[in-house]
Amino acid sequence: MGMTITEKIIADHSGLKEVHPGQFVYANVDICLGNDITAPIAIEEFEKAGISKVFDPEKVVLVPDHFTPNKDIKSAQQSKILRIFAEKHHLKHYFEIGRVGIEHALLPEQGIVGPGDLVIGADSHTCTYGALGAFSTGVGSTDLAACFATGKVWLKVPESMKFVFHGKVKNWTSGKDLILYTIGKIGVDGALYKAMEFTGSAISQLPMDDRFAMCNMAIEAGAKSGIITPDKNTEEYIKGRFKRKPVMYYSDPGCNYAKTYEFHADEISPQVALPSLPENTKPVEEVSGIKIDQVVIGSCTNGRISDLRIAARFLKGKKIHPSIRLIIFPATQEIYKQALHEGLIEIFIDAEAVVSTSTCGPCLGGHMGILADGERALSTTNRNFVGRMGHPKSEIYLCSPAVAAASAITGKITPPDEIIKN
Amino acid sequence: MKGKCWKFGNNINTDEIIPARYLNTTDTKELASHCMEDADPDFMKKIKAGDIIVAGDNFGCGSSREHAPIAIKAAQISCVIAKSFARIFFRNAINIGLPIFECPEAAEHIREGDEIEVNLTTGEILNHTSKKRFKFEPFPQEMQEIIQAGGLMNFVKKKMAVA
Repeated sequence: MGMTITEKIIADHSGLKEVHPGQFVYANVDICLGNDITAPIAIEEFEKAGISKVFDPEKVVLVPDHFTPNKDIKSAQQSKILRIFAEKHHLKHYFEIGRVGIEHALLPEQGIVGPGDLVIGADSHTCTYGALGAFSTGVGSTDLAACFATGKVWLKVPESMKFVFHGKVKNWTSGKDLILYTIGKIGVDGALYKAMEFTGSAISQLPMDDRFAMCNMAIEAGAKSGIITPDKNTEEYIKGRFKRKPVMYYSDPGCNYAKTYEFHADEISPQVALPSLPENTKPVEEVSGIKIDQVVIGSCTNGRISDLRIAARFLKGKKIHPSIRLIIFPATQEIYKQALHEGLIEIFIDAEAVVSTSTCGPCLGGHMGILADGERALSTTNRNFVGRMGHPKSEIYLCSPAVAAASAITGKITPPDEIIKN
Repeated sequence: MKGKCWKFGNNINTDEIIPARYLNTTDTKELASHCMEDADPDFMKKIKAGDIIVAGDNFGCGSSREHAPIAIKAAQISCVIAKSFARIFFRNAINIGLPIFECPEAAEHIREGDEIEVNLTTGEILNHTSKKRFKFEPFPQEMQEIIQAGGLMNFVKKKMAVA
């Protein structure tokens, strides 16, 4: 019996010839990651256990990105814990603000993660790096502490599910729309404990930024990981970034999938997920006209340069609707600088958007754009749970950058092709 | 483990268990004071030590924040029974030693306010209110080792000492 790409990566990192779904392994980790919310607990656990050294200072990554620049004294105290730990253990990859970015955009961009890696992160959206052909999964703080000490993680080998996207994505449909559509079909626990493998001709044609957005939201279907077989797009992306030797894995013909779904990309419209679960998806045409108060473009899902370019196409030479607050937050400093260089930031400011530093802030209701009672946001982020972006009685609709930018102009949810025929 | 049950629905997520606005601290007492706040604002006023949370499918979905099982544990909830758990919440609970039980039949049957007893030795959940009994599957051997060591860090320390 052949193995899936996920099984092969786990087997190779566990010193085993083969592994089977359900099997317990202690896998060697290439990169482990924590942020200013999750790492303080990990550091406390690590120090409480009396362990003096991290397993490898080049493989422990700390990214203070959630409540930074620090929003209050308490969050400043948390960041301080990371700073002291990074200094003490001579961590190679610690990102002070000014160099920081949203972790799941930052690590691929900086070439810290790459094809064939086994990555764990104390952040649920760690599954993003599957877009590079890595096995990458979110864990908790204690898992991270144990990994600091041993370089290993306990894993139950997941079953894989295959999602085949035939054809070609149509106008204004993006990777974000494909994953929202998928979650809408299978539900928020539709891939519980499983590895989601995305494949098919539509995926082969999909740019890397869209692939990151897809794998990023695998957790929103309950999955352990999302993964896309590396190809020439992947190779192109890692060129000049990833310094280690990439290992390209692929699924064997005839390997076992718990389930296979086949979708036709040509039939998938831009999607909107209605409150308060990412599975409540509808084609944008069906929810057109819903009035909104705030539009948010950014995050580890959709804060990359191509996302900003799409937003700028809509906003160029226009003003947003007077009743709308538009917040745009580029995911990393490099993306911010690139957007500046291309004149995108000027377009956003002229359209009367506010452009924020790279932070997770608004996405999780941390800071930089909290919603009041009864307010409604349309957001390119990844979760629309109750209270996620602010007041428990506020509402969140999830969408792609094209839908978000088009709707910012009209003040209500708007199909992108009503503004620009693509 | 014996206590009064508090019932919740499907897909109770980590933002409801402990909203992100309170994640600027790791103080367990402070986290506990906001436990389940966005699912039931009065939860902490109603419960007493030893009470049990009973929920539907996919309990703890969303974020990886360990603050969620920590808040529940520090609120002195004795255990969580659900139809199913989201995977990061599941491993966090095992790693920090919050007892959790996956038992769809019990989670369906139990009503809010029922008095429940969980017997770890027999692998049984007994509903004292309805007098019904339910069996739950024990954890796999590897997870039991982590639980028996008193959580993942103790397990790791033991392993490192042997090596």
